[in-house]
Amino acid sequence: MSAARAVLLRDLRLAWRNPLASLTVLAFFAMAAILFPFAVGPEPQLLARVATGVVWTMALLASLLSFERLFQLDHEDGSIDLLLLSPASLEAIVLAKCLAHWLTTGLPLILAAPLAATILNLPAGALPTLLLALALGTPSLSLVGAIGAALVLGARRGGVLLPLLVMPLYVPVLVFGVAAVEADLAGLDARAHLLLLGAFLSGAVPVAAIGAAAALRQAGE
Amino acid sequence: MAPRDIAPRAAGPCVPRRGFPDSGRAGNSRDGGPARAWAGPPLLPTHPREARGSAMTAAADRLAATALGCARGGRLVFRGLDFELGAGEALALRGPNGSGKSSLLRLLAGLLPPAEGAVRWNGEDIAGAREAHRARIGWLGMQDALAPALALAENLRFAASLRGAGPDAARRGLDAMGLGALAGVPARRLSQGQRRRAAIARVIAEDARLWLLDEPTLALDDEATGRLGEALAAHLARGGLAVVATHVDLPVRLAGAIDFAAAP
Repeated sequence: MSAARAVLLRDLRLAWRNPLASLTVLAFFAMAAILFPFAVGPEPQLLARVATGVVWTMALLASLLSFERLFQLDHEDGSIDLLLLSPASLEAIVLAKCLAHWLTTGLPLILAAPLAATILNLPAGALPTLLLALALGTPSLSLVGAIGAALVLGARRGGVLLPLLVMPLYVPVLVFGVAAVEADLAGLDARAHLLLLGAFLSGAVPVAAIGAAAALRQAGE
Repeated sequence: MAPRDIAPRAAGPCVPRRGFPDSGRAGNSRDGGPARAWAGPPLLPTHPREARGSAMTAAADRLAATALGCARGGRLVFRGLDFELGAGEALALRGPNGSGKSSLLRLLAGLLPPAEGAVRWNGEDIAGAREAHRARIGWLGMQDALAPALALAENLRFAASLRGAGPDAARRGLDAMGLGALAGVPARRLSQGQRRRAAIARVIAEDARLWLLDEPTLALDDEATGRLGEALAAHLARGGLAVVATHVDLPVRLAGAIDFAAAP
C-alpha cells in the first residue's frame, strides 16, 4: 500500500508544481459554459432546458484534455519502468494514479459546476443532484480514461486516438448523469440514476485497474 | 527476414583498469580466475560453492539464461543465449546499437517475456515468480527516470518507497554519487551528467540484489565514473550481481562479457 500512497502523493505534488494541466481543464469547462449562451441565445428558458446536458458534455470533453498526460510523462522520463518494476501491485499503483487524476481534474470540475450551472440558468434546486451525480460520475471518467491512456501509450499520435477510444465508454455516465438531474427537475426521484452511476463506478474500479495495468505492462515490453 | 543465430562469444579475461578503486574490494569471494563468459554449451567449470547447490543463502544467488531468445516487433534479435552469473559477479554486454543489449536487460528484469528459453534465478524461472523477481532488480535504463519538476531527494525518496525502502536510503545514494549538495534542486535544473549521477544514486539507494544497468556511464565525467565503479564494486562485494550494457570499460573486474553481433 505504501507504494500506491507514494504514487498518489507524488502525482499530487507534480500537479501542484505544474498546475497548467488542471487549470486547462478548468478553463476549458468555464469557457465552454460562458460561450454556450452566446451560441444558442440568452433566453433563460432555453438555457435552463439544455443546461444539464451542456454541463455534463463539457465536463466529459474537459476531462479528455488531461488523459494524455496521465502516463505519458512517466513514459517520457522513464519512470514507468520504476512503476513496472515495483514489487507492489501495479493495479494498486494504477488506481492511485487515477485517484490523483480525479483529485486534480474531476474535483475542480465539480467545484466549478455551480458556476457553470448558474451561467446556464439551471434551477438552483437541481444543483445538489447535479453535484452528487458529478461526484459519482467523474471518478468513472478518470478510470475509463486511464485504460485509454495506457492503451495508446507509446503509440504515435496517441492523443488523437485517445478520445475516439474513450468517448464511447463515456456514454453510460453521460446518460445516467443527465437523467438524474432531469428526473430531479421533473420532480421525480433521482435515486435510481444515481445508483446506476454508482454501479458503473464500482465496475470501473476493477476493470480500469486490471485493464490499464495490463496495457502498461504491454507498453513496457 | 529469417531469424539468425547470433553466437555471443566469450570475451577474454577482463583486465582491471588502472586506477580502479581496489580490485580486492571488488572482491568476489571467488578465486579471481579468468573471466567466465559463456555462450552455447556449458563449458563452465562448476564453482565449488555452486556445486553444493545451496540456493538458500543470499550469498549464493545465481542468475542464468538458458537458450534465451528475444523477439522485437516480430523479428528475432538474438537466440540461443546461455550464461550464468554468480553472487559477486558482474557481466558486461557489448555490441553495436540495436544488437539486443537493452532488450536482454529487459528480459532479465522480466519486463519483456522471452521468445524462447528462460531466465532463471537460483534455478527458478522468473516467469513463475514475477513479484519476487521485481523486488531483486535495481534498474537503470537509458532514461534517468527522474520527474523534472521534483527535487533529486524527492525523486529518490519516491523510488525508494516504491520498493518499500526508507527515506534515508535516498540520502545514502546521493552522498555516494557526490550529489548531497544538490538534493533539493529540481531535476530539470541539472545537467545531463548530474541527472545520470542521480539515476545511479537511485539504484544505489534501492539496495537491490541484481543491478541491471544500461549504459550507466552515459554523460558521466571521470569522477562520476569512478564513483560508479566504487558503488558497483561495493555492490559486488556484498554478494550482489550486475549486468551492465556498456561501451566503455568499467572500473570493476568483470566476470565476463557477452559480445553481441551486429544486428541483421
